[in-house]
Amino acid sequence: MIELVDVRKVFNAGQPNEFVAIDGVSLVIDAERTTVFRGPSGSGKTTLLSLIGCMARPTSGRIRLLDREITSLPERFLTGIRQKTFGFIFQQCNLIKGITALENVMLPAYPSGEKHASLKNRAMDLLDTFQILRKAQSRVEWLSGGEAQRVAIARALINNPSIIIADEPTANLDTKLSREFMEIMGRLKSERKTILFASHDPIVYESDLADRVVDLRDGRVEGSVP
Amino acid sequence: MEKWIERQKHIIDFTLSSLLRRKGRNASLILVYTLVVFMLASVVFFVQAIKREASVILKDSPDMVIQRMSAGRHELIPVSYMEQIRSIRGVGAVRARLWGYYYDPVVGANYTLMVSEDSGPPAGSIIIGQGVSRARLALEGDTLEFRSHDGAIIDLGVKSTISRESELVSSDLILVAEQDFRRIFGTPAEFATDLAVRVRNPKELPTVALKAAGLLPDTRQILKDEIFRTYDAVFSWRGGMMLVILCGSLLAFIILAWDKASGLSSEERREIGILKAIGWETSDVLLMKFWEGMAISLSSLLAGVILAYVHVFFTSAVLFESALKGWAVLYPAFRVTPFIDLSQLVILFFLAVVPYTVATIIPSWRAATVDPDSVMR
Amino acid sequence: MRKSSLFLLFLTTGVILLVLMFVHASLQVRAGAESIQAKAALVGRLDLTDLCLFTEASYTRHLSQADLHTPFQDGPMSLEHFPSGSLVMPPAVTRKINGKVD
Repeated sequence: MIELVDVRKVFNAGQPNEFVAIDGVSLVIDAERTTVFRGPSGSGKTTLLSLIGCMARPTSGRIRLLDREITSLPERFLTGIRQKTFGFIFQQCNLIKGITALENVMLPAYPSGEKHASLKNRAMDLLDTFQILRKAQSRVEWLSGGEAQRVAIARALINNPSIIIADEPTANLDTKLSREFMEIMGRLKSERKTILFASHDPIVYESDLADRVVDLRDGRVEGSVP
Repeated sequence: MEKWIERQKHIIDFTLSSLLRRKGRNASLILVYTLVVFMLASVVFFVQAIKREASVILKDSPDMVIQRMSAGRHELIPVSYMEQIRSIRGVGAVRARLWGYYYDPVVGANYTLMVSEDSGPPAGSIIIGQGVSRARLALEGDTLEFRSHDGAIIDLGVKSTISRESELVSSDLILVAEQDFRRIFGTPAEFATDLAVRVRNPKELPTVALKAAGLLPDTRQILKDEIFRTYDAVFSWRGGMMLVILCGSLLAFIILAWDKASGLSSEERREIGILKAIGWETSDVLLMKFWEGMAISLSSLLAGVILAYVHVFFTSAVLFESALKGWAVLYPAFRVTPFIDLSQLVILFFLAVVPYTVATIIPSWRAATVDPDSVMR
Repeated sequence: MRKSSLFLLFLTTGVILLVLMFVHASLQVRAGAESIQAKAALVGRLDLTDLCLFTEASYTRHLSQADLHTPFQDGPMSLEHFPSGSLVMPPAVTRKINGKVD
């Protein structure tokens, strides 16, 4: 479903602080499977996810999404794909402060011009699914860590994406919340969503969900299980 | 089309939520902004309205006024000069005007004393303007004292007051009979203040004026056109009043826009990154910034203009009164007629809305075009 | 009510008020025509030449009739004496050196 062919990503090319984040990665990721990228910090996990998720372009190499080459697409199309296909869950929630949880969840769909009422209903349903409906009108600063994480998950799902990308989602959660998070992910998997994790948390890569664990080191694939 | 409207509404929703996060700051920003627009719009309305009114009211002023000059100063003109003027072809009527300034020490006001054969009062009485009436609390039947040039006290009875409607031209006028005028000021019978000339064909005025200058080399001619241009200049944007407020307002707009234009905080940059990461395009981010600028500036423009209209045309620009009055004791009570037009609004729009909105959008351009993966870190 | 709906309502109200403003202005102009005519008539009857706005000094009271010297108050520094004097400029013809009559 997602194919990477000899992808390289270099930051600050030509300058003294030149840094090769991804150094020739070739990979095929299957649809409806959960893949975990494991590795120490600096191994390029985050960069790889952002490349797959159309957040950045590779310096060289090709990326294919559903047999469609996305590396050379203009930004407008890239954003459209990102919006429709991917849902992102970041390490630090990255919710917009000062506005309500509900608004945060609806935010990704604002530019699409969808009717307000139906969008709001969908957002409320999502919040309900994750049992935080009662916090819909609360500002995100007033939410606990676990609640904020669930709002972030709801936000990632508002556009009904087929691929979820989660970058160190349990880094700021305790064990209980981490397990709850993985439960939610399990539900999403059963809804036939493709999930990509970047994590060094055993709760993630040792869970039943993980169909495949890919080890990264220094921007290269070291190994894959299976 | 519907989608487009809904997209705008959604983005406005977010923009307003975003602005409401700092309620106090944005509220005071709108307040200050409205104040600046209010001042500027008030001046623009007032000045334009008076200019228009002046040009209409002064339509029937004399075609030419002939003043005698001596050592560069306005001196009394011999009445005999009238004959020479009458001899010029094209001259319709010549009238010797008698008018002067009288300083009233009781209230510290300057009055304009004037003689009018047709509309003036009989000897021993005066017709006073509303401003005089207010200053001295004098009504029909009261008596006012005048100190003459030789120290004598002359009492003159108020026959009537000039109508309230014409205060803009008559507020400080006191119409007296000719003999009383000459008694007060000591103007000899052979002299007048100046000559008011009316020509038959206004197109011939320059020729007549030239001939008058030739016949009477110690005089200068003030043409009606110059009267209009004088008032045009006073109330143009280069006139003192306009210029001061204009410069002040421009400075205020620049300062307000500067705050926006001087760049984004790291928090704002991060938020734009988040928006891009969750699927907003560059154009969506810029649209949001556009509405952010518009929300503040457009609201202030509307509020400021409407308040300015009320201020100028319902309260006769009460806030400007003290500036216009200066040290004068008399000030006319008049209702400004609302001569407004669309061009004023357009100018105000371009001054108040465009720079601020542009200053809000431009700094975000860079942040909006950056790859969103920076927010992943 | 949605925030954007409130805002658009506010904008619409503002625009409507602006339109009303223009309507009111044109009505007032029509209503005031009589009063303006009265003023113009008085100007014609009495041979007036100036608006009675600045009664502080002779050259501010009769802007168009001011001679070449009075605004400068005989003083060598020619400092402006009255507040109104700083609001008004001397008539155009006196500002030109040796101002000619057209």
